[in-house]
Amino acid sequence: MSVETQTTKTPDAPRFARLRAFLDGDLAHGFFRTPSAVISALVLLVIALTAIAAPLLSPQNPYDLTQLYLDKAELPPIWLADGEAPYLLGTDVQGRDIFSAILYGSRISLMIGFASVIVSVLIGITVGLTSGYIGGRLDNFLMRVGDLVLSIPTLLVAILVSAIFRQLLPVSLRDAFTPVILTTSIAITSWVQYARIVRASTMVEARKEYVLAARILQLPSSKIMVSHILPNVMTAVLVTATLNLGLAILAEATLSFLGVGMPVTQPSLGTLIRIGNQYFFSGSWWVVLFPALQLSLIILAVNLLGDWLRDALNPKLR
Amino acid sequence: MTNAHAKPTLRVDDVACFFDVSPSWFDRTVMRKPQRTLKAVDGLSFVIPRGTTFSIVGESGCGKSTLARMVVGLYQPTRGTLSFADGSGRDGFVRTQMIFQDPFASLNPRWRVGAIIAEPIKQMALRPSGVETQARVRQLLETVGLSGQDSNRYPHEFSGGQRQRISIARALAAEPEFLVCDEPTSALDVSVQAQILNLLKDLQRELGLTYLFISHNLAAVRHVSDRVAVMYLGRIVEEAATDEIFERPQHPYTRFLLDTVPNLDRPNRDRMQATVDLPSPIDPPPGCAYNPRCPLATDICRTAAPESHPVGGSLVRCHHAIA
Repeated sequence: MSVETQTTKTPDAPRFARLRAFLDGDLAHGFFRTPSAVISALVLLVIALTAIAAPLLSPQNPYDLTQLYLDKAELPPIWLADGEAPYLLGTDVQGRDIFSAILYGSRISLMIGFASVIVSVLIGITVGLTSGYIGGRLDNFLMRVGDLVLSIPTLLVAILVSAIFRQLLPVSLRDAFTPVILTTSIAITSWVQYARIVRASTMVEARKEYVLAARILQLPSSKIMVSHILPNVMTAVLVTATLNLGLAILAEATLSFLGVGMPVTQPSLGTLIRIGNQYFFSGSWWVVLFPALQLSLIILAVNLLGDWLRDALNPKLR
Repeated sequence: MTNAHAKPTLRVDDVACFFDVSPSWFDRTVMRKPQRTLKAVDGLSFVIPRGTTFSIVGESGCGKSTLARMVVGLYQPTRGTLSFADGSGRDGFVRTQMIFQDPFASLNPRWRVGAIIAEPIKQMALRPSGVETQARVRQLLETVGLSGQDSNRYPHEFSGGQRQRISIARALAAEPEFLVCDEPTSALDVSVQAQILNLLKDLQRELGLTYLFISHNLAAVRHVSDRVAVMYLGRIVEEAATDEIFERPQHPYTRFLLDTVPNLDRPNRDRMQATVDLPSPIDPPPGCAYNPRCPLATDICRTAAPESHPVGGSLVRCHHAIA
């Protein structure tokens, strides 16, 4: 606030200054002093990068049936007596390399998780802003719709939605559209939480005088909501979105485990666990163990990161 | 400065603003609860000539801010009319802007100061290009006593007084002819209050602005106003020129307000005490709204509401103020 700090800042490099301000700021400072946050961020980064680079890293394309050899089926991990060279974590009953399947499966799991969080955040922000800013009967209506969605168990809604979509689509398109269907059904059940958070914060912000100043200028309501109120309610959304990313990935895994999610031909982590579960008691423990470990690792890392973010952005805990 | 022939900047005629504070439809039907109306403002009339400052004083909850919000168009009056002079603003009337009470809530914390001040210019298309808008923003910052460099900073980097200056710069960016100041100094330190008041006075002289100044700070009001109205429970109880009202207060409520101001010459003097809290505007007392607190109250005050009538140079709403 003094004159000295003012002169050291170059006003013509706002982008650079913003990055430096972020690295100097409380958030980055607290991050590097919280080991659990740093480790979980690293773990997530490695998992995300290996998932993206799956075609380069994996010895086998698990989607390509011509690369699966039945004589290599149910091989144990490489460090056990019967383990064989490229199959690092063993193979399943169809000769599918578990390591490759995990990389490709993580890709699908992360993709559906992120996509469904983004879709539900978008729905939640739209509903929450409208509800909180316009108010009145529209608010009442939208919030009762939200209550209705919340009153039905999430998994039931997701199963119903994906079942309906799958029936509507021709068989040839089903497999290709399954990720979209899963994303939609998870998003439909999880937007209410964001809508409630955004609505509550919007009602607080809308009474503040900077919003009145914008209303005096006769700015359209949509512009006031998006450019004035939204930036001030995003913090809460960001924290919830991070914590919900774990839940979304789990929801996809659950749906796939129950057989209404990703098909066996393009397995996600949940599908792999379901396949492995069938052979668990016949001794092929590796088919279920490694995908399950990967899933737990992802969820744990996301939750630790979300917990840290929630604490870091909560002014009361500083 | 005042031109007797020009139309006044604002003529307020019998304006009222009621809010419906009834219980929900369910409670009214099932629990037989009555409908309730909050009469925030009930029958205000006054005139603000061009280039002058008209002040409204009164304690919290008397309807000052409701009036301010009606003047800038945020609330619609339930009854009465607000007629503005012709000008360059919307619908051909004077352009009106507002300065707010809380400098910590009146600036968007996520916006840079430059963007905050540029918004009215962009919204009203007052400058043809981005370069000229930026130049105008720097000029406005310098007008209110800040540096043009400050446009790249965020509001949290400024003190309360500096933020109020930014708020004034934003109001000026719209090139207003009429400024509504809703308690612009009540959140500031005393030393900073004087700076902001002097800035407002300088701007009035330079730009020929008209002010509606709302405050509960009597010293500030005396410093800036040409005319003062005292509000009590949604009505004006006394209106007069500034010197008149401070030298010869007519209404007992005005006298009470002036008596609460600390006086350095007479410390620890016996003051009139407010024995009764401000009555609720949902359920105002019958007769004169001031009667439960008034030392002069008689039977007529408890039954009949007094009309506003001239006493000396003032307009007074009291049965006991006689010319």
